[in-house]
Amino acid sequence: MKLTKLATLLAVLLFVCTCFVGCGEVVEDNEQTSSKGVTINVYNWGEYIDPTVNDLFTEETGIEVNYKNFTDNESMYAVLSSGAATYDIVVPSDYMVGKLINEGMLAKLNFDNIPNYALIDESMKNQLYDPQNEYSVPYTWGTVGIFYNTKYVDEADLQQGWDLLWDEKYAGRIFMFDNPRDAFGIGLLKCGHSLNTTNKAHWDEAYEQLQAQKPLLHQYVMDQIYDKMINEEGWIAPYYAGDGIIMMDEEEGNPAIDFFVPKSGSNLFIDALCIPKNAEHKAEAEQYINFLCRTDIALLNAEYIGYSTPHTEARAELDPEIGENENFYPPQEVLDRTEVFMTLPADVSTYMDGLWMKLKLPAAGWAWCTVAVGIAAVALLIYSFIRYCKKKLRKE
Amino acid sequence: MIKSKAAAAPFTAWMLLFTIIPLGIVLWFAFTNADGQFTLGNLPHIWAQAATFGISIFYGAIATVICLLLAFPLAYNISRATERVQQTMVMIIMLPMWMNFLLRTYAWMSILENNGFVNQLLRLIGLVGENDYLPLINTGGAVVLGMVYNFLPFMVLPLYTVMSKIDNSVIEAAQDLGSNVFQVFGKVVIPLSIPGMLSGITMVFVPAVSTFVITKLLGGSKTLMIGDAIEQMFIGQGADYHVGATLSLVLMILILVCMAVTGMADKGEEADV
Repeated sequence: MKLTKLATLLAVLLFVCTCFVGCGEVVEDNEQTSSKGVTINVYNWGEYIDPTVNDLFTEETGIEVNYKNFTDNESMYAVLSSGAATYDIVVPSDYMVGKLINEGMLAKLNFDNIPNYALIDESMKNQLYDPQNEYSVPYTWGTVGIFYNTKYVDEADLQQGWDLLWDEKYAGRIFMFDNPRDAFGIGLLKCGHSLNTTNKAHWDEAYEQLQAQKPLLHQYVMDQIYDKMINEEGWIAPYYAGDGIIMMDEEEGNPAIDFFVPKSGSNLFIDALCIPKNAEHKAEAEQYINFLCRTDIALLNAEYIGYSTPHTEARAELDPEIGENENFYPPQEVLDRTEVFMTLPADVSTYMDGLWMKLKLPAAGWAWCTVAVGIAAVALLIYSFIRYCKKKLRKE
Repeated sequence: MIKSKAAAAPFTAWMLLFTIIPLGIVLWFAFTNADGQFTLGNLPHIWAQAATFGISIFYGAIATVICLLLAFPLAYNISRATERVQQTMVMIIMLPMWMNFLLRTYAWMSILENNGFVNQLLRLIGLVGENDYLPLINTGGAVVLGMVYNFLPFMVLPLYTVMSKIDNSVIEAAQDLGSNVFQVFGKVVIPLSIPGMLSGITMVFVPAVSTFVITKLLGGSKTLMIGDAIEQMFIGQGADYHVGATLSLVLMILILVCMAVTGMADKGEEADV
């Protein structure tokens, strides 16, 4: 008898232990290999590095790279802030860099170890999220613009800029970002407000715009946008410029798709290389950043990823079809009208999320459905209970 | 008695670790604020989402009713067939469940899209114009369809199980006594299959109300259902676990009420028989 109990207990204990082993995985990797040579843990977006680059780095320096992917800034932040794993390199976007700096989660870089930093375009440095440029090195950048299908969309209508997304002529054929920051960003741009406004009235205005746009939309969408645009399910979609390479590809994409950045302004995003404060191999991580900023490596990455590179020499060596393409490298006058996302103050961020939820709410009348169901359920519950009790009584 | 207790130990431990403790955490989150202090401040968010609850319940109820209407004759016919046919039919009903739920929903997407299978067919026979389309995807109907398709087996199987236990002689007896088809169904088959109906209703309604992703894939993410709203609260940019937990708690209470009602009806039925 006791043996069975013991065995069960052991089994449970074993199970619980294995659970916790899983959590510490990354850290353990690190310790195991530290005797052989340093391993740095890199946490980057999916498909965001040329697959040969890490091997080249190991070949040249003997430093192993443990490379992991994340899908969005928020999940990266969750992993980083929970302390579930320590990383030596992370690649957050602009506003997330700001958030990480504010929360003291990033280490100041030693730029003596990163001489190639000099090759990074000056206009990409000292951005508002890192004004002294002490914590981050720009890795890729791009703008948000509108993809459209030339077969169905009038060239003349492009003059409308962001208003194209509100054009009733194309009702049912328009897509929209399915995340609050980007969607509200376009609403704010349409109203002519800053993307980082802290005036709640501005956010309300943007909300009104999005609410007016909702009936015209085919749907809100993120990653599925590629298929839906390529299959001509819809004709107009705002999205990130760098992803256009896939959408407009002659073979895998749809050559009828074209892209433009509205002249009135847009969102400029920058993904930057950073080192978390609790990194275990800061010097090696800086070496890695420097390696990524070397011209040949930056070129490899720029060609593979397709997003715009902030590296001056790599850009000059790029195929002119891309390097000189105004969609990917807009002229200065367009860039001047772009704005980088900043970390919103907590109250504004919460306010925006509230508006976003409100936008997705069904018509208010549905609330009465809940009330009615609630009353009916309670009534039914009481009725069934009484019936049940009566039956029991009768039986006795 | 003691022996069976020991055998249940792993299950008890499992339940404790992965059901009871997480439920406690949900409760804890629902009634605390970001500083970990007790608060009732999350409760107004329930009212803010009342419309979302309403539409979720409505869609869930419609899907459940459609499932019941489809499954009842199907299950009855299967249960009256020969053993071999029964096995094959049950297998066919289970077959789609071998594939992942998401994949099946994606498949519906390409059927219902503006340039999808149905619309291309309609264009081919000239029912809609070349650049026109019948709006199928991103509508409430598509969401309900997705639910019905995904949850239908959960209605068929319990109904079938109960109905296969109805002895043919009972039905024959009713017929011998002069009942017509409707009377046989109304007085014999339906009353005898009520336990199956009740568990079927629970098994369809509960996942249908709390579903997410279907709205995103087939509903165009335009109107969230309560499952999506809760997801948003946990992974959104301004994720608020406390509000999310409160909404989940309401959903849980709703489901508990639903199960209590069906449970009591079930017991009442037993008492009748």
